[in-house]
Amino acid sequence: MQLFFRTLFKTRGEAIAFGAFIALILIILPITLPIFRLNLIGKYLTFGFVAIGLVLLWGRCGVLSLGQGVFFGLGGYCMAMFLKLEASDPVTTAIQSTPGIPDFMDWNQLTELPAFWEPFKSLPFTIAAIFVVPAVVAFIIGWALFKRRVGGVYFAIITQAIALILSLGIDGNQGLTGGRNGITDLRTLLGWDIRSEHAQYVLYFISCSLLFIVALGAKYIINTRLGRVLVAIRDREDRVRFSGYDVATIRAFIFAFAAMISGLGGALFVLQVGFMSPSIIGIVPSIEMVIFTAVGGRLSVLGAILGCLIVNFGKTTFSEAYPDLWLYLMGGTFIAVVMFFPNGLAGLLEKIPFRKTKLAAVAEKLRQPTSDEPETLATTPTSSTPSSNEH
Amino acid sequence: MGEYTSEELQSIFIMQGFSGLSLFSVLLLMGLGLALIFGQMGVINMAHGEFMALGAYTVYFCSTVTAEYAPTFGPYYFVVAIALAFVVCALLGALVEWLMIRHLYHRPLDTLLATWGLSLILQQTYRSIFGAREVTPTLPDWLMGSFTLKEGLDIPINGVFVLCLSIVVTAFLILFMFRSRFGLRLRATVQNRKMSGAVGINTGKVDRLAFALGCGIAGIAGAAFTTIGSTGPDSGSRYIVDAFLVVVAGGSASLLGCLASAFGIAQAQSILEFFLDGTKGKVATLLVIVVALMIRPQGLFPSKVRGH
Amino acid sequence: MNTDHANVLEVEDLGVSFDGFKAVDGFNFYLAKNHVHVIIGPNGAGKTTVLDLICGKTLATSGSIKFKGKELRGVKEFKIVRAGIGRKFQNPSIYENLTVFENLELSHPTGRGVIGCLLFRRTEAILKQCNDVAAQIGLLDKLDTEAGILSHGQKQWLEIGMLLMQEPEIIMLDEPVAGMSVRERTQTAELIRRISKDRSVIVIEHDMEFVREIADRVTVMHLGKILAEGSMEKVSADPKVIEVYIGH
Repeated sequence: MQLFFRTLFKTRGEAIAFGAFIALILIILPITLPIFRLNLIGKYLTFGFVAIGLVLLWGRCGVLSLGQGVFFGLGGYCMAMFLKLEASDPVTTAIQSTPGIPDFMDWNQLTELPAFWEPFKSLPFTIAAIFVVPAVVAFIIGWALFKRRVGGVYFAIITQAIALILSLGIDGNQGLTGGRNGITDLRTLLGWDIRSEHAQYVLYFISCSLLFIVALGAKYIINTRLGRVLVAIRDREDRVRFSGYDVATIRAFIFAFAAMISGLGGALFVLQVGFMSPSIIGIVPSIEMVIFTAVGGRLSVLGAILGCLIVNFGKTTFSEAYPDLWLYLMGGTFIAVVMFFPNGLAGLLEKIPFRKTKLAAVAEKLRQPTSDEPETLATTPTSSTPSSNEH
Repeated sequence: MGEYTSEELQSIFIMQGFSGLSLFSVLLLMGLGLALIFGQMGVINMAHGEFMALGAYTVYFCSTVTAEYAPTFGPYYFVVAIALAFVVCALLGALVEWLMIRHLYHRPLDTLLATWGLSLILQQTYRSIFGAREVTPTLPDWLMGSFTLKEGLDIPINGVFVLCLSIVVTAFLILFMFRSRFGLRLRATVQNRKMSGAVGINTGKVDRLAFALGCGIAGIAGAAFTTIGSTGPDSGSRYIVDAFLVVVAGGSASLLGCLASAFGIAQAQSILEFFLDGTKGKVATLLVIVVALMIRPQGLFPSKVRGH
Repeated sequence: MNTDHANVLEVEDLGVSFDGFKAVDGFNFYLAKNHVHVIIGPNGAGKTTVLDLICGKTLATSGSIKFKGKELRGVKEFKIVRAGIGRKFQNPSIYENLTVFENLELSHPTGRGVIGCLLFRRTEAILKQCNDVAAQIGLLDKLDTEAGILSHGQKQWLEIGMLLMQEPEIIMLDEPVAGMSVRERTQTAELIRRISKDRSVIVIEHDMEFVREIADRVTVMHLGKILAEGSMEKVSADPKVIEVYIGH
């Protein structure tokens, strides 16, 4: 157990920061914020799933995907289809010309449920699909491209095109997918009203707990040999290949893993927000997710989650007050982060000596007298700067 | 396609083919600029679409000014506006290169992100200056109308004009690249940056000029664009993915590949759009390109360099 | 040369052309067990390309590459490595941000798959092997040093050490002493002699003194073809070789 714990956190400071963040999200915010605001925070945090995936994929492994919205969307649509079917029982949709099918299908003169909707009547199938569909799609894309040594900007462009294809494809098939409006008016999950205040609290706690589990999982990956191999692939791809690693498969795996957790994030988004639409998965949202990650810190799991919170919070408050200035601020911040702080907020915090000494002091106090762990493990890839060796 | 006679089909193909040529022209000009910048320094310019929009807004601005102060100049302003669009975009491009891009060489993924930040800022700037509504410059009369080749087969003049424009620009670019002193320096820098620096080529200056040239061509693309659509703050971003795919599918740095893939993509889109409805045609085209790129990622005309 | 079983690697009629240009043509090469075989030749002779072909980085257009009787042509790079052929690059290719220890550990062959990576643990055996290799390459006191701050020569040694961690049967070194001081060269020569006790080594080198010190056998390449082959004495006496290479 202690070994496991040490794999997760290399320093006490890291563990304390993580603990403090959990306390903030699970205790302080729910006590202080009204449910409306808390629900917003919960929504922002679902992007955290995507951001964690990007930390692994982009920050650690050097593969930039501009199509993570695709996987967020696939997970979200799986969830939304289940909820929509539940909301479209023959009784409530009795006034439609074909009762028992989702309202937008009826508006588009569909008379029966399309075959691919059929399995989403089952919750177990839906839950499986939320994980499997994004992962399989990503693995196929990744496998095809990484095997042929496609990486860097090519990969970014192709994934961006995929994001465009999916959002246009959903947009253009209103009868099958709800089109531009998306799948709306979702009400209950197995009869439980997800719009009630009580449900919103429960969903918030479930969503955040899952986020922390995923975050710990990502930290675990980062601190195992796989994490070191990812960084090695980013910095010296050929050397890794000639050390006998199958670089393409490792990349495809990490891409699929990032997609899978993005899909989970999408499903939790739908549960908390109550709708899904193509505007959440296209080119712009996909890049925005990269922004969250970059601002928070592309190397740090916790930083990336914080990035999601901060940028979205800024977006909501600032764009309400000064809608014209928001894009300037966002564009400017992004340029500044990329040019001057490539490791984002997390990288910036790590550099402040004050914080370090203070935390070190706290750590000293907390240290048990029996503890004799070596402190030499602090030289993990966390100290590396991204892309400094790329050519 | 069963409900069309073969004659109708022929007309449809010719007409859609011609409307595809306008799209081809815009994509070609966009792609040429991107390919130049990407081939030269490996930089992906996500704000390229906004440079195109800037070109379009320059034409709109010229059109408004002409109508206001020199109505007699009306029929001719368009030619001046094209040149101006080139100059304005090239100047902004040089400025962006100097402020931003040159600090990010060797970090190609980061240039992609930084230029996306730039595109947000530019879009908002257009929105603040020209408003969120789409604008259309008044085109001179000689650009309007169409030839009628035969009944049911109209060829719009502006389409032909735009096509000629893009051919001229392409020809100029090829001459410039392969016949001028600067083109030689540029090609030398692409092949071996260190060596070029050592033999006295100012590679920094070459980079800036290449970036400015690429942006300038985007400006011309914008001018061409005004003849086939109206311009809004996000007009450019609607073409950026297509333009990237043109470059990637063509084989990144190859001008010939760029030409071929722009033609293919534009024609496929235009013809499919007639039979499927708008977005479905586009989705089908994009899907084919992406799948093709998965199977053959080096594109149509890969650069042949030992080892890579 | 016939197919003698003492040969670990048999390359026959190997060729590759880039866009019509034949970089390597009709190349025959037999690597004996526990031999140090040096390939020399003027710039552009195709030496590095030969290594690229053997390790799968470049795909051959003709010929065969047999490793202990098994064909390697068309086999993926990582599988060739796993079969037992290690390759060092011309410029030191190490993980600058990791420590010397981590560099060595990452090159250890256990857990090279995704799952293996996740379950990988530092066992006593692995720690011992890292220590042994570090001692061999003279970096035992630098185990906790970040690899990026090593001297150029030490980086070259570290990369050789990373190959040793894989316990390959063949090690291919591309200009291992380029940029090294005289003392470092001598040490590298000793290192190569030592590691060739249990494995075969292919070396590409320009430095004739160094070649004389280490080579059991020498192949001279010129314009993608073999010009001469044999012991260093025999080769350096060959008038053709003197004309294209040593005479310069």
